[in-house]
Amino acid sequence: MGGTGASQEKGKKPDPEKILEQSRRDFLKRAGILGAVSATGAAAIYAGHHYEKSKGKDKMIKVLTEDNRLVEIPADQIADFKPDLKMLQARGREGIAGKRWVMILDLAKCRNARKCVEACQSAHQLRPYEYHINTLVMKESVNTQPYFMPKQCQHCDNPPCVSVCPVDATFKRQDGIVLIDNERCIGCRFCMAACPYSARIFHWQEPKELTASETDNPEYDVELNVPQKKGTISKCLFSADLLREGELPYCVTACPNGVFWFGDENEDAVTNGTTRETAVMSELLKNNAGYRLMPELGTEPRIYYLPPKNRLFEFQQPENPEFTI
Amino acid sequence: MSSNHNISFNSARLEKVSADLFRTVRINKSFMAWMGFLGLGLAACLYAYYTQLRDGLVVTGLGDYTSWGMYIAHFVFFVATSLVGMLISSVLGLIGYKWIKPITRIAEIIAVAFAAVAGLVIISDMGRPDRLPYVFLFGRVQSPIFWDVTVVTTYFVLSLLLYYVTLIPDLAIGRTRLTGRPGFLVKAYDILSVRFSHNPLQYKILFRAIRILLVLIVPMAFAIHTVTSWLFAVNPRAGWDSTIFGPYFLSGAFVAGTAAVIIAMYFYRKNYRLSEYLTDDHFDKIGKLLFLVSLVYLYFNLNEYLVPAYKLKKFDAIHIRELFSGHYAVMFYFTQVAGLIIPLILLLLKPLRRPLPLTLISAVMVVAAWLKRYLIVVPAQEHPYLPIQFVPEKFVVYTPTITETAITIGSLLIVLIIITILSKLFPVVPVWEVAAEDDEKSKTSIS
Repeated sequence: MGGTGASQEKGKKPDPEKILEQSRRDFLKRAGILGAVSATGAAAIYAGHHYEKSKGKDKMIKVLTEDNRLVEIPADQIADFKPDLKMLQARGREGIAGKRWVMILDLAKCRNARKCVEACQSAHQLRPYEYHINTLVMKESVNTQPYFMPKQCQHCDNPPCVSVCPVDATFKRQDGIVLIDNERCIGCRFCMAACPYSARIFHWQEPKELTASETDNPEYDVELNVPQKKGTISKCLFSADLLREGELPYCVTACPNGVFWFGDENEDAVTNGTTRETAVMSELLKNNAGYRLMPELGTEPRIYYLPPKNRLFEFQQPENPEFTI
Repeated sequence: MSSNHNISFNSARLEKVSADLFRTVRINKSFMAWMGFLGLGLAACLYAYYTQLRDGLVVTGLGDYTSWGMYIAHFVFFVATSLVGMLISSVLGLIGYKWIKPITRIAEIIAVAFAAVAGLVIISDMGRPDRLPYVFLFGRVQSPIFWDVTVVTTYFVLSLLLYYVTLIPDLAIGRTRLTGRPGFLVKAYDILSVRFSHNPLQYKILFRAIRILLVLIVPMAFAIHTVTSWLFAVNPRAGWDSTIFGPYFLSGAFVAGTAAVIIAMYFYRKNYRLSEYLTDDHFDKIGKLLFLVSLVYLYFNLNEYLVPAYKLKKFDAIHIRELFSGHYAVMFYFTQVAGLIIPLILLLLKPLRRPLPLTLISAVMVVAAWLKRYLIVVPAQEHPYLPIQFVPEKFVVYTPTITETAITIGSLLIVLIIITILSKLFPVVPVWEVAAEDDEKSKTSIS
């Protein structure tokens, strides 16, 4: 729609076909099936090449190409499309158009179940002490009660880590996610020095040994940061791989206590990972006095916290685990 | 540097000076033994680096919280020490001080050696040194690392050029006086002296080139250490979040560099028997220079520590307490008292500006300067804004490992190798400038 508006301003006659195509594209984007479209689209291009050789031989099938054309190709020419590293990195850097991902953590609910930590470490192939998300014990002063606070990358809108990276290995996407490309990272750890939230980890040694199922797909996906690599940085990715599939992040759905809300700021809607209840983001923040970590630093985090008030459970100091490196 | 292009030599004086100064240019047994010792030491350190390449940075004491440690402190120390080339040759030279002439080359040797190896130290800290070319292929101008790589390289090239250009007349003097030296050395002098024949036009060009280099080196030296300080100051962390880090680092650099030059001067005076050229008077004067730069540095230290200590903002307070009365107190007071305040008092006394006592004071100050970099880099990371919890003990307190120390020493050995080669193959005191000096005093008799 925006495109047509602009062309009218220039005084040109709007092209009806263009409007049609534009609105169809917008519809598809809203439906969120761009990933599937690009996959089948590439398959279609591949298949079209073979079609020239075997014209009219087989049953035809309709598919959508990447530029939203509906085309027919022989059914037996369809092959599964497997994105390569180059394509994964390109789309991983671009992000998902039209989205502004946001997370809200209700600290009144957190009992330090650490299911978010486990789900995250399992998805990203991390050792038990390698955290993308870590539940911390917080205590503001002697007279205030301690509480649990899951802490991860804050996906700042003004990220200090991105500013200092010398090689563009860590970057900010259009949907608000800060990612790290471990095929690019030189391991200088400037981003770790710059991050006030201590959100980043470094692979000081070879990453965790993988099970057979984990080594199934060795192609590096920048949206999952798997496989991890020695001598590079890793960090929370807001489960960008799941968001592309239209699902909630690993930590969000793993929580048994309803701590995590996740959604799109543009839609002003967030969904609770435990109850699957959807709420208006701005209302949730307003009614519960939502805040962000260290706003005085000007980092503009995309993660909000709801204060740990009216907790319905006793605080229990967790044991300190022993780790060997 | 003199603006008088009609430089002329009193031949008797030139013969004496060149005989004295080229005497040290030789490849003897002690040189080979010393190089062999350095080489063996370096081989052991390179093995340590090999284990780091093989196993990763896990061989160091670094962790996810203190992720910069000894290597980075060492890097800052190297960059700092190399700045002395700019202070002595450029600042004092351009102002017109004549007494610095015999020590300019020593300052340049220090500058070249430390600037050259600073880059290697940074590589030893990289998780993926194989991806070093990415800094040039994908470099982002927003990153202070990109600025650092650019200016350190430029400063090294300028310092090397200054070293070489001021060496050309000496090479020309030396090429006919190297009897009994290995053939390759004579050949090298012949090629490197670019057919310099001491005519006035050549000197005119030479002086102009030196002047341009001296001027260019000033902003570049300011840039390298200011940018190095910004590697810390741009991060929102208590202990680094300071607006005076640029001048604070710069003033500290002059202390470290001047002390290093004094140690080198003493070594050459003793071992190369150059007390006629590196006189007590030179030590006295550079001792006064050391006093001046130390006083400026003390002033910056007062600002850097006492202002946050007065306010005691939450995280600044943790940092300050660690230094003043906590885990780092001994090291902190060593750097401040033994490394700065006591030397300032001692340097006021003329007898202590004699060669040996001044060198001992300088040695303490160089050690303190190194520890000071460690105190700037490490403690600020051990107390981040959010608590360090549920992590291995290793991540909580940083303790350098033996492997890490060996790799750090390795880069120092490379510096010593460069200094040794430069000072054994070429005269360490500029022959032509020293020989011409007396002529200028008795100019009336010549012109």
